[in-house]
Amino acid sequence: MMEIMEGSHAVAHAVRMCRPEVIAAYPITPQTHIVEALAEMVANCSLDAEYITVESEFSALSACLGASAAGSRVYSATTSQGLALMFEVCFNTAGMRLPVVMSIVNRALGAPLSIWNDQQDSISLRDSGWLQFYAEDNQEATDLHYIAYRVAEDKGVLLPAFVCFDGFILSHTYEPVEMLTQEQVDSYLPPYSPVQRLDSKNPISIGLFASPDYYMEFRYEIDRAMKASSQVIREAGRRFGEMFGRDYSNLVEEYRMDDAECAIVAMGSICGTVKDAIDEMRRDGQKAGLLRIRTFRPFPGDEIKKALAGVSSVAVLDKNISLGAKGAVALEVRDALYGSGIPVLDYIIALGGRDVAKKDIKSVVKMAMAGNGDLFYGLRGEVLG
Amino acid sequence: MTDEQCSLFEPGHRACGGCAAALAARAILDAAGPDTIIVSATGCMEVFSTPYPETAWKVPWIHSLFENNSAVASGITAALKKQGRKEKVIALGGDGATFDIGMLCLSGAFERGHDFVYICYDNEAYMNTGIQRSGATPYDASTTTSPAGKCSTGNRRPKKDLPAILAAHGAPYVATATIAYLPDLKKKVRKALDTEGPCYVQVHAPCCTGWGFEGEKTLAIARLAVETGLFVSYEMENGVVTRVKKVVRKPVEEYLKEQRRFRHLFRPKRNDAEIAKIQAIADRNAEKFGIDINLKK
Repeated sequence: MMEIMEGSHAVAHAVRMCRPEVIAAYPITPQTHIVEALAEMVANCSLDAEYITVESEFSALSACLGASAAGSRVYSATTSQGLALMFEVCFNTAGMRLPVVMSIVNRALGAPLSIWNDQQDSISLRDSGWLQFYAEDNQEATDLHYIAYRVAEDKGVLLPAFVCFDGFILSHTYEPVEMLTQEQVDSYLPPYSPVQRLDSKNPISIGLFASPDYYMEFRYEIDRAMKASSQVIREAGRRFGEMFGRDYSNLVEEYRMDDAECAIVAMGSICGTVKDAIDEMRRDGQKAGLLRIRTFRPFPGDEIKKALAGVSSVAVLDKNISLGAKGAVALEVRDALYGSGIPVLDYIIALGGRDVAKKDIKSVVKMAMAGNGDLFYGLRGEVLG
Repeated sequence: MTDEQCSLFEPGHRACGGCAAALAARAILDAAGPDTIIVSATGCMEVFSTPYPETAWKVPWIHSLFENNSAVASGITAALKKQGRKEKVIALGGDGATFDIGMLCLSGAFERGHDFVYICYDNEAYMNTGIQRSGATPYDASTTTSPAGKCSTGNRRPKKDLPAILAAHGAPYVATATIAYLPDLKKKVRKALDTEGPCYVQVHAPCCTGWGFEGEKTLAIARLAVETGLFVSYEMENGVVTRVKKVVRKPVEEYLKEQRRFRHLFRPKRNDAEIAKIQAIADRNAEKFGIDINLKK
């Protein structure tokens, strides 16, 4: 049924229907509407979960880690500073192969303090072993939660997952969203059945220390599982499409890429603006297209290489910056295109909530076609020292 | 030996000879039994008992990080409750994990009232990293980060009163115990497990390597800590001290002189002023808890 819903509330309802047994979360803007909605559901018995109101994000994820190790499906949500505080636990959760699912309501990192959107927070955790999905709109933000649980808990994956969607731009915006029914979710997402759990009937030790003789093999296996998850995501996405009509079988989305000369590569809500700009550019005879990355981890290098074959320039919109290097997406796209000779230009854009309009996208395309890139787009010269 | 007679904490781990923490682990599991989930913090105990692919633990055991065992335990208790399971949860940590880096998680978990027991094996410094001071290090102890020197008599601060802090959280049962008296330790662990809500047991666990004494003296040193009044063994129920081990007190010197960490108080020359300050700590403990047995003449 199509409903007009705030992004956060749509996500909260999707999470409810995934039947998490334990939720642990700590309030932080702009994530709060999700966890408030879930608390209300628990208070009104429409969600039968243990809700732990922890004293920090660090404890939120630690509690999720414990509950997951004890065999429960778990959920948390955070953003920005909260995710940064979880850094240590993020690596630990992935290393222990616990399929925790967490919403990341993307927000900039301080200093300076900013509550507004960019993707620096989740991008900074790219090496932690979590799957990373990025939603373009609230429909995707909800659907990706069902898919994330199904993929994370797959016996061939067993890795935690971020479902990322842009703070305020999506989280606080009302959009039409097609919500699944509980029966539909139940038919798509089976109950969590852990391979192993903390259980006195079958005692095991989890989280041992590994000497140099063993450590590398653990890391290799996590990487192998992450890479194998690509196929699991495709299958889970295809099945979702078969059952509910919205297909997620690709890790990337191609928009008007068939004969594109300049390809924009981006993630998240900015892609809506990009698509509108492309439509207008196409009307003016400019052959621009969009390659949207929906799954950043595992990184879909092969799909990207295939989709970008034949374009004359690539303009990557990075809502993050690896300070002293470049935007993380551009670096990885460049790696995927290594040896192709296709120029990949990077545009650091929309940091800390700076608005991006269609004219900015057109301007980026123009710059990319002229070979002018690897820069911060839209800097205000008058406020620079 | 039949399997039932074996300890749930297996021998063959890598603790130092004379390690009080290893002794405590065995006693704790003796008291707790097999239906127990252990959540270990990073530290000596974790490292010596679980070098992959080996483990000394015959109960379900998890180690996540240094500072989050209380939070992990919170999650486990929530999951067990939701799943209708009856296992007991014990979070285990050294004094560094408990008094210092894990304090936030510990306070949060106690305030929320999860049904679990936190047991701190208190060896009064960061032993796993090489004997650095912690919030549990006693006054004047020389550690690698509070070394005694020409202008230092060792650790400048007294030990943090963590049991009182946790009792102030409304914990229904808080106790101190020592490996010197194992039946008492076991009784307290059992009582903590049988009490609903977050309970705390702080186990005094002398470290031969860190404190500087021979491994065969561990029990004797632990006993001297009690007998001098520098360590008080007691129980608090709902914030009120209900039981205290009384002693015929010995001068603190008898405890101090046995340990390398206090050697600077006696050599090259005796520091009467500092020894008197430590005696005053023991005297205050004695007065506060009423531990003195006055022998009739």
